[in-house]
Amino acid sequence: MQIKLTINDKAVKWDVANDELLADTLRSHGLLSVKKACDTSCCGLCTIWIDGKSMLSCSILSVRVHGKKITTIEGLPQEAEEFARILSAEGAEQCGFCSPGFIMSVLAMKNELVNPTEEEIIHYLTGNLCRCTGYMGQLRAIKTYLGVA
Amino acid sequence: MFTITDLVQPENLAEAYQILTDKRNNTILGGCAFLKMGKKQINKGIDLTKLNLNYIREQDGFIVIGAMTSLRELETHPLLKENYNGILPKSVRDIIGVQFRNGVTVGASIYSKYGFSDLITAMLCLDTEVELFKGGRMSLADFLARPLEKDLLVRLWIQKTVRQATYLSFRSSASDYAVLNVAVSKLDNHWTIVVGARPSKADIAFGASEMLEQEELTLERIEEAAQRASEELSFGTNTRGTAVYRKALCKTLVKRGIMEVAACKSN
Repeated sequence: MQIKLTINDKAVKWDVANDELLADTLRSHGLLSVKKACDTSCCGLCTIWIDGKSMLSCSILSVRVHGKKITTIEGLPQEAEEFARILSAEGAEQCGFCSPGFIMSVLAMKNELVNPTEEEIIHYLTGNLCRCTGYMGQLRAIKTYLGVA
Repeated sequence: MFTITDLVQPENLAEAYQILTDKRNNTILGGCAFLKMGKKQINKGIDLTKLNLNYIREQDGFIVIGAMTSLRELETHPLLKENYNGILPKSVRDIIGVQFRNGVTVGASIYSKYGFSDLITAMLCLDTEVELFKGGRMSLADFLARPLEKDLLVRLWIQKTVRQATYLSFRSSASDYAVLNVAVSKLDNHWTIVVGARPSKADIAFGASEMLEQEELTLERIEEAAQRASEELSFGTNTRGTAVYRKALCKTLVKRGIMEVAACKSN
């Protein structure tokens, strides 16, 4: 089946199988920031935006995003770099495997929550797992990035 | 790995039902979050996104929730935050992460009758009705008791009352499936205690609920009701906990739930 969609502000037409998952489709078209890791929809490494909402691309059929606007971290280079510099400065990044999905969630949170509390930040990011950092550095980086106490 | 031979997007419910019942392995697609964890061989995957079933609204004294509404919409909608002490948003807020809840649908969560469901437990302690395309409207309790059959869940109707309610769950880690979940509600002097993730599907502890209606609510009475709930319901063992552990948790969570509801103010 052919789907038409917008990827990072660029209109594309892609041929996809009916049972193809969006994460696989995106990776097959070179969007390698999208990772698959858990197979149980719990790690958040494949987080992208569909029409501005953060979603798990590993759990969505590609045929269902026909007509939608997809954003991956490749489409947000300035925002991603700004936050990544803070992450790095806070020592909140080690292997970096989870960073693209994590940053997409942080940017989605920034759009959705106004001056979030520490509890709200932690709760919002529960769906992004990191096996290196222990999360405290990430939390410091997010607070710095959002300018909240 | 699952397979889908064909994908269809019907224009109306009758067409969707016709396709669903045409062949045994034609299947309605919900949020598809669990699809990849199975090996289902689907002939026609039926996508309901064109049927405008994504809404939460007030109608005829009910709060009506369309089947394709996401759990995140349920979690953040003002109408549901303001009613029943926010039990529905509270019940889904710890399900994995925001990006997961943005994809998972209310209809699939209820229709699948998952034992681990947080939402079914919370909905069962409210005055919830399920509307099926073919089967019509029935209470959620009646729906859960029916054998699984091919039908379309169209929407949920929750009677708009001043019912006070709370939801509690015990998880081994944040965002994991609940080891046990409990919902307690009270309307006038009528109590409803529901226990889910036993690990079988949620059920009402009728005996314990009735105990609370008979006499003045004392700490002793609450503890007796919590004990009764843990005795009248059955519990099983899986990777998250043993039956004995769940029974002990039940007593504690039910007690806390009753005490929370007793302390609630009407909203």
